[in-house]
Amino acid sequence: MAMTGSIAHRIAGPGRRFRLGSAQAPALLLLLPAVGALAAVSVYPVGLGLWLSFRDTSLAAPDDAFLGLRNYHDLIADPTFWNAWAHTVEFTVASTVAETVLGLGMALILYEWFIGRGLVRAAMLIPWAIPTVVTSKMFGWLFDGQNGIVNHLLRVTGLIDQNVNWYGSTDTALLTIIIADVWKTTPFMALLLLAGLQTIPRSLSEAALVDGAGPWATFWRVRLPLLMPTLLIAALFRALDAFRIFDLVYVLTGGGPADSTETLSTLTYKTLFSTLQFGYGSAMAALMFATEVLIAGVFGAVLIRKLRETER
Amino acid sequence: MTPLSALRGRLLGLPVWVWRGVLLHAGALFIVAWSAGPFLWQLSTSLQEDKALVADTPSYLPIPATLEHFVNIFTVKQFQLYLLNSVIVAGATTLFCLVLGALAAFALARLNIRGRFGILGLILSISMFPQIAIVAPLYLLATAMDLLDTYTVLVVVYVALGLPLVIWVLFGYFHSIPREIDDAARMDGAGPLTILFRVTLPMSLPGVVTTGLLGFIAAWNEFMFALAFTSDIGTQTVPVGIANFTNLYYVPWGDIAAASVVVTVPLVLLVLTFQRHIIAGLTQGAVKE
Repeated sequence: MAMTGSIAHRIAGPGRRFRLGSAQAPALLLLLPAVGALAAVSVYPVGLGLWLSFRDTSLAAPDDAFLGLRNYHDLIADPTFWNAWAHTVEFTVASTVAETVLGLGMALILYEWFIGRGLVRAAMLIPWAIPTVVTSKMFGWLFDGQNGIVNHLLRVTGLIDQNVNWYGSTDTALLTIIIADVWKTTPFMALLLLAGLQTIPRSLSEAALVDGAGPWATFWRVRLPLLMPTLLIAALFRALDAFRIFDLVYVLTGGGPADSTETLSTLTYKTLFSTLQFGYGSAMAALMFATEVLIAGVFGAVLIRKLRETER
Repeated sequence: MTPLSALRGRLLGLPVWVWRGVLLHAGALFIVAWSAGPFLWQLSTSLQEDKALVADTPSYLPIPATLEHFVNIFTVKQFQLYLLNSVIVAGATTLFCLVLGALAAFALARLNIRGRFGILGLILSISMFPQIAIVAPLYLLATAMDLLDTYTVLVVVYVALGLPLVIWVLFGYFHSIPREIDDAARMDGAGPLTILFRVTLPMSLPGVVTTGLLGFIAAWNEFMFALAFTSDIGTQTVPVGIANFTNLYYVPWGDIAAASVVVTVPLVLLVLTFQRHIIAGLTQGAVKE
């Protein structure tokens, strides 16, 4: 992309370069509204939140004093925070891995030609388009402990003897939320991976097959390594998104039963808007932010290493 | 296609390529059932009588069918008010996102800006912020400006949340238009804005429509900020309305299903209509460097 630009540049010669250079001012002017909106509504509040996290601001009391690091100190000793942190990490890892593996399977199916392929690809956008709140309610009904159809189907097929109280029991509530999330995001993951697969020249896997490698070996040795950068990027975006999970938990279980599905976003939201501790809640959000940066960093490092390996 | 040479041989009396076809179609069927199944069940539920919903054996098809849940949500629950709020908020968000996004994407894709990919990367990384980190500060700002319970606060926040994706997708579309066309317009004395509105935008109309749809869906589906910033039916959007659909003594699954169908069917139809463009627009980031 950038290269075609620079070639056109060179061909056009110095006169054109000079004229383009003078276009810098209007360009910045066009960028200004969007950058201004992002700065005011996204970047500035993040800074403000950081400032709040050092204070004991509360909407319930007139308190608003500088505390230094005390919120963070309290947070590190707060078991409810670590409980939510553990659930969030568990959810993020389980859903990202399940969505990547299942998504890869779906992408490999869609890569082949079969009757009605366009229809299948279109249907896959349905879970993505449905509002997450609707997804939560939908899974609330599917996995209902009394009249849910999932219980009914599992009973009919003999997989369970008694109804399972899916999201009403501490043993299965987080699992139910993971299933709902996997349902909603796997097809989209598959479409991303399919787009990646389609950029790999078919001649490469055909050559491997002609050389006598089986389909299995061709997949592991040729397709998967070439798909790896796309896979890692897609998984990274998925993980960052999963880590922020709010809607599903808030609507389906509200963090319960007995805090067994409490995640960082729901706990922070409750701290902010139920107990009205804006200072303490902001410290939670800041630590959450730090964890996100960490996830991005780890993925980024792996990605760069993989890219270097494939280039070699 | 896999060369047939790799598919020689037989398994259980049938050629391998037959097995391959059967497996492929079974997999495709599974994907369709996975994607559409839960929503079809929601559709069936919305048309069933309450007593069928709590029966020991659920019936798969809505026989006898009833429209009572749809009547319920529009008379008792006043669902049309939430719908109106959502249409206004998501519509305004889409419009502002497209205008601001088109200006920015045009500047980044077409005009001479130093470090355009750096700027694009920064804008994209903003969309990865955990949104919970800005909800408290924005709440305080909105309170100070007396903007709680207004459409304005939701639109302003949604525009900022939607812009990174809108800029990214539009950037991709604008970039794919040959530069020579701009140069020709410039020779004729057209300024940057004229080029944007008379050349670039008309040429990438499918992309603009798709991007608008993406912005609309994002705003239509957003829940957390709507929950935090609105507290009455005059401004609450559909997701907040559905989340609050609980009766005192039981969960009104039929009403919830009816509301789900009402808000989802238009989205599903739009998405199915524009599916090719949506898939192309959304996946461009994953495959290009």
